[in-house]
Amino acid sequence: MRGLTQRIEVTLDTLLESVNLAEQITVRVAEIVGFDEEQRYRIGMSVREAVINAYEYGNAQDRARRIYLVFELLAAELVIHVRDQGPGFRLEDVPDPLAEENLLKTSGRGLFLIRAFMDQLRVIFAPAGGAEVIMTKRLPLPHSPAAAGASEG
Amino acid sequence: MNLRATNRDIGDTTVVDVSGRITLGEGSALMRTLVRQLLDQKRKFIVLNLADVSYIDSSGIGELVSSFTAVKKEGGELKLLNLTKKVHDLLLITKLFTVFDVHNDEEKAIASFSR
Repeated sequence: MRGLTQRIEVTLDTLLESVNLAEQITVRVAEIVGFDEEQRYRIGMSVREAVINAYEYGNAQDRARRIYLVFELLAAELVIHVRDQGPGFRLEDVPDPLAEENLLKTSGRGLFLIRAFMDQLRVIFAPAGGAEVIMTKRLPLPHSPAAAGASEG
Repeated sequence: MNLRATNRDIGDTTVVDVSGRITLGEGSALMRTLVRQLLDQKRKFIVLNLADVSYIDSSGIGELVSSFTAVKKEGGELKLLNLTKKVHDLLLITKLFTVFDVHNDEEKAIASFSR
């Protein structure tokens, strides 16, 4: 049914294994929604990078904290939220990894990859605390059998 | 698939055939150990054959950069060989194609070192 939002919520432990798990879940969701292999890879990579950020920086590898992964299937787009329980950050404060002085840095490319692979990226200070990375991907074929099947209630 | 690597010494060059995923955790750590071990053995002309690397994330990219600078610091060179499309595209969008010396032919890669 078009226009009906479907929502999946996953709570992840702050563990290295959660990074792979989040990617695998995402690729499966993207497949059900009807994205092709290339887009599934890109969406999976984007969630992977957001969860790496949450694991390493937001939650600082603190096992007592959680990572919240939410998929929202809207009429025309898939919206994915990754929230941590850290101090939060502003996207504009993240250094540009393409700047000459940052090219040989060994980290700091995750959010850049999300921006490259998704249609939209936002980072907010979540009302419940922590950083919330919100990424959006337009649905591939709104009336394809896979997408239509996934949006039926 | 976990990361695996096999070394082949060709003259003073070591070709490392890498397969699997270079990602946060085990994959990146193995890459780091491997390159540091080669440097300890004074093997500082290194070709990473990435033909069978199916996936790399930002942590893996960071490890490639770290290896590149570590080898350079020792007066050597690290070159990349046979990139898959995914790895090729990632290096392109992160502008690292301008940093790494990338080859599609092993003999040419080996011959390209400025010894």
